Order: sequence, then C-alpha cells, then structure tokens
Amino acid sequence: MKRRTLLAASAAAALPAAAFAQAKTKIVWWHAMGGALGEEVNRIAKEFNASQTDIEVEAVFKGTYPETLTAAIAAWRAGQAPHIVQMFEVGTGSMLAAGPAVKQVWQLSQETGIEFDPKAYLGGVRGYYSLSDGRLASLPFNSSSSVMWYNKDAFEKAGLDPEKPPATWNDVIAACRALKAKAATPVPMGSAWPIWIQFEQFAAMHDLVFATKSNGFDGLDTELKVNAPPFVKQMQRLLDMSKEGLFKYAGRDNAADAIFPSGEAAIGFNSSAARAAVARDAKFRWGEALLPIDPEVNAKPINSIIGGASLWTMTAPNRTAGEYKGCAQFLKFIGRPDNDAVWHQHTGYVPVTLAGYELSKKQGYYEKTPGADLPILQLTRGEVTANSRGFRLGRMAELRNIFSEELEKALQGQQGAQAALDATVTRGNRVLREFEKTTKG
Amino acid sequence: MERRTLFGGWALPAAFVLPQALLTILFFLWPAGQAIYGSLTRQDAFGLKTQFIGLENFVDLFTDPLYIESMWRTLGFCLAVTFLSMGVALLLAVFADREIKGRGIYRTLLIWPYAVAPAVAAILWILLLHPQIGMVSHALKTIGINWDYKINGTQAMLVVILASAWKQVSYNFIFFLAGLQSIPRSVIEAARMDGARGWRSFRTIIFPLLAPTTFFLLVVNLVYSAFDTFGTIQAMTQGGPGKSTETLVVKVYRDGVVNLDLGGSSAQSVVLMLGIVALTVLQFRFLGKRDKT
Repeated sequence: MKRRTLLAASAAAALPAAAFAQAKTKIVWWHAMGGALGEEVNRIAKEFNASQTDIEVEAVFKGTYPETLTAAIAAWRAGQAPHIVQMFEVGTGSMLAAGPAVKQVWQLSQETGIEFDPKAYLGGVRGYYSLSDGRLASLPFNSSSSVMWYNKDAFEKAGLDPEKPPATWNDVIAACRALKAKAATPVPMGSAWPIWIQFEQFAAMHDLVFATKSNGFDGLDTELKVNAPPFVKQMQRLLDMSKEGLFKYAGRDNAADAIFPSGEAAIGFNSSAARAAVARDAKFRWGEALLPIDPEVNAKPINSIIGGASLWTMTAPNRTAGEYKGCAQFLKFIGRPDNDAVWHQHTGYVPVTLAGYELSKKQGYYEKTPGADLPILQLTRGEVTANSRGFRLGRMAELRNIFSEELEKALQGQQGAQAALDATVTRGNRVLREFEKTTKG
Repeated sequence: MERRTLFGGWALPAAFVLPQALLTILFFLWPAGQAIYGSLTRQDAFGLKTQFIGLENFVDLFTDPLYIESMWRTLGFCLAVTFLSMGVALLLAVFADREIKGRGIYRTLLIWPYAVAPAVAAILWILLLHPQIGMVSHALKTIGINWDYKINGTQAMLVVILASAWKQVSYNFIFFLAGLQSIPRSVIEAARMDGARGWRSFRTIIFPLLAPTTFFLLVVNLVYSAFDTFGTIQAMTQGGPGKSTETLVVKVYRDGVVNLDLGGSSAQSVVLMLGIVALTVLQFRFLGKRDKT
C-alpha cells in the first residue's frame, strides 16, 4: 500500500515535467551561414524562441550550401530530415523535383491554415521560388544580388574619380589599366562567384538566352546556349584581362571573398551580402556600385537576378501535424517585415518583402548607408523577361562546376574562349539530359 | 611440417570466424553489393524513382573522354607518388641503417608524418605553398617563378604529388629499414671482401635482397596513392584547377556526393573495386610463388 502511494506520488511529480517537455515542439533548422551570418541566424532562432512558449527552434550549421544540400538529401533518405533546411538558389530545381520529400509553402499553408501571401515578396525574389502558377514553393529568406565593390583610396592613388565607379566594361578595363600603372593595389580586379556574376548575371542584365525554355522555367528539355557571341566576348574579355595582369582569378564560388576586403584587389565583384565582411575588414574607404554593362551587347540593361537561399520544409516519417504547424509559424515569423528589415540591414542581403523594404526606407537606412539600396535598384531595373527571371536548371551546382573547369582551362591558356564555352555547352547539356531522364523516370 | 589444430565440431570454429565474417559482411559485402546494384540503376537524388538500366552507366563511363582522361591522370599520379615516396624512403632507410649517432631520434622523427591525418597534412602543405600566404611560394616568386597552383594545373599536380608522397615516406621507411636489417651482415661483409662497396654493393647485393619488401611496398603504395590520397587532394585542390588533379576517387566523390549522380558514381566505384581486386590477386600470386620456391 505504502509502495503504491509512493509510486503514484512520483508519477504525479513526473507528470508536469513530462507534459512541459512535450508541450515544446522542437523544430530543427539546418543552415549554411557561417561566421557573422551564422550569428545572425542564431539571433533569429533565439528571438523566435523568446517570442512564444510552444516551439523551440534549434539552428544547426551544416557547412557550405552544397554540403547542406547533400546532408539534407542523405538525411531524408534515412528518415531523419530536418524540419526546415536552407537551400541555395541553384538547388531549387532539385528541391522542386523532390516530390514527397518536401512540403511546399502552399501545401504547408493549406494544412496548417497559416497564410502566406506571395504578393508580399519582391517580384524578382518571388519568381525564383514559386511554381509557374504563382504558388510559393519555398520561403524566400536570404536573397542577394551581386555588385561591384571598389577601393576609393586606390582609385584616388591611380588618378581616378573615387565618386565615379566605372559603369561599363570598357570603363572597368580603363580603370584597371590606371590602377595597374600606379600599382595602387597588388592586382586591379578580382571576382568571387565568377560564373554567377560574370556569366549568369551578365546574361540576365543584357537579356541574353543562357538556356532555352526561359532558363528552364518552362520545361526540363532546356539546353544551354552560352556559346553565343556575347558570352564569347565576355569570356574573351576576362581572358585578355587576366593575361594583361588586370584580373586575378582566385578560385570558384566564394574562394575570392577576401580579395577585395584585404586590399589585394581595388575592384572586387561579390554578392551584396559581402557588405558585412567588407565593412568589418576593409582598412580603406570603399564604395558599392552597380555591375558594369556592355553597351555593345545591350545598351538598355534590365534587372539582375538574385542569389542566396530560401527555406524548405522537409518531411520525415513520424512528423506530426504539430511540428508542421511549428514550421509554418517560424516561417511566418521570419517573413515579418520588422524581422526582414533587421536581417537586411545587418547582413547586406536585400529585403525579401516589400514591407521590409518600405520599413527600411522609413527608418532612413539608405540615407545612413549610401549604396545599400543599389542591389535592390539593380534587381528591379526594367521589365523582367524570360531571360532575367532566374534559373531553374537541374543539377545546376554541377553545371557551375563544369563552367568553372572550362574557364580555368581557358585561363591556363589550354583553350580559347569559344572552345571553352562550346565544351561547357556540350558537357552541360549532357547533365541536363541526365537530370531530365532521372526526373521523368 | 604443416601444423593444424583439430576441432571436434563445427560450432567452435564457426564462433571464431563469426566476428571477422560479420565485419566483412557489414563493411565490405553489403556496401559493395549496394554499389553494384546502384551501378545498374538510374536514380534521382532523393531515391524517389529508380530505374534498372543494365550496363548503361558503364557504357556512358567508358565512352566519356573525361573519364578516360581521369584514368590516365590517376595512373600518372599513382606512379609519381609511388616512385617518389619509395625512392626517398629507401634513401633515408639506407642512411639510417648505418652506425650513426642518435639514429634512434632520426628514425622516430622520420616515422612521425605517418601519424598525421591526410587533411592535416594537406593544410601543412597549403601553409607552405599557398600562392598568397605560403612561404615557399614567396621564395619561388622572388626567384621569378610565377607560382599559383590555383590556376596552374601542372603546379597543382606537383603539389598534390608532393604532399601525398611525403605522407607515405614514413610507412615505406619502416618497411625498408626492417628489410635492410634482416639482410644477413655476413653476405654484405663477404661482398666487401670481394671488393664491392657503396653503390656497387647496394646495386648487386642489397637491392636484390630487398626485392620482396620492394614489391610489397609497390602494391601498397599504388593502392595508397589511388585511394587514400582523397583527403589530401580534396583539402588542397578539390580536383581543380579545371580537372587537372581530379583522380578517379575524387571523381567518384564529386559525381556521387556533390553532383548526386548516384548511378554513375556507383559504376565508377565498381570499376575501382575491380582494380583493387586485380592488384590484390597479382600480389598474392607473386608473393605466394616466391614463398614456395
């Protein structure tokens, strides 16, 4: 008898604790934001956790974007997918083909009753992550565009006007020659994300066909067209500049991140999200400028495209409706204008919601930090065409690698610009056909 | 002469074999089976749709000029690493085998690099050779060599060969030293009486007597350079620039893990597995024969 009461008492004592533990729904969020950006991500998770009592978001850093993609796929196959994963824009094609592995935003909205209005998002951002009928597939999170950073001290030293960054490619070359002549910096120009910035953005802004079927938006049977004359011209320009000692290739993807803030190059192409790092590391006066254009290719440039990533909700065998609801609430929290504006101002990513943009304007952010609205202006310039909506090519990370390999071979003098781009097209199309086959299956 | 233990039943011997059998099944047969099955299919990254396509992956592989190119590149890389690491190790072993002061210290120091993980070894070499921050590259630049292995394929290949060979020197050193010590002193002394010293003694007496060790190391080094160098290459060049340091294992990783072409990557693994099987058979045959004679 005595023992029984003891048992009951201990059960009663244990109950509230258990109930409390169960009441908090745990949401795991995998992301690819290292360094200063990672701290921002942790801040968001912390603020969300403090804002309510039911859900606990745990942010987990999973490495680079491609590593996060691979990890998410492996986890899903093992039934251990995270609730939410941050996926870079070039992985969008793969995620859209992932069927039951993901719950697209519109599905999540339907199931949980939490509304997401696609119209709240900037056009260029929304288009990238929606289905063709306008339903949102993933939630826009960190979107950037690319810009040109330049070293005002070095410009002055080379006798250039520090308040007048080069606007066309001919201006860039002239500026680089001046910088080289005065040895203002060890190298005149460098570029992070060479393929994204020098070819994908170049294609969008100059309204060039990068791949058929609206860069893949209108069908899996898309083909690369990057061996057309304007692309050859662009690559030849980079090859010539490299040969002349005006441009230094420092690796793929973000390998050249440090080349501008360290002061090695006076002109550095990078994502607009490099702002935080530039502001922190640069020991000189710097400016932000629009990407240069080539008026001979197209005198009326249109919008650039976004880079960055969006948030996908993933499925797992034992996932409950409560957990999905938690995901939806968290996504809703991230999309709130005030949170969007803070994220934008802290990181240099563009605001993804119109309200977040308006709020930043109202707060006087752009007067305080001149140049911070350049990426937004560049993203919204002109009318969006089939060539400037973005990219929806399967296995696009691999396509970029192929492109990089051929560019690197050309930079070593093993092949000319035309041959490099022809090889990119041949090899790239083989990958696209393979993706088409696996997806149609 | 044969010694054989006789067991009464089958249960006890089976129990002895079981742990090893389990390990083999778990870590070899099962994954190898998966690879063979995977190589005959085409599947999307998430494994949602899997089609059986027979040998199509293999046909694709061997009609792909890039794969053939990668095979030749791997062969060249393996031979270079093997000869460099074995050559240096042999030289060091011959000197460390002499009666010199403090040879215990030399020997210990020479064995050290073997304990360094491949990725860490790669980082050490990066610190030396990095085009912007490396000390060696700095020195090379002052004597007028334009050192930048990030865009120069030949230099990149040189760098990964150097780093990979350096790591293996210790291992080879141990074996060569043991081999040298097992050569009967009387043979060498007899040769000396006949007037053979130095290089001549090495060429006609020591090197032939080291042949079994050398052959064993040859096979081990070829396998090492073909497979265990993944960590070093991945950390240093990721197979670039272009494809200039992309060996077959790097390509398996690139196509499977990064590009998520699981069928094609499995087919490459199967090809590599066949390569290992061939090398192993060769080694068993050759060494087995020597033992019998």
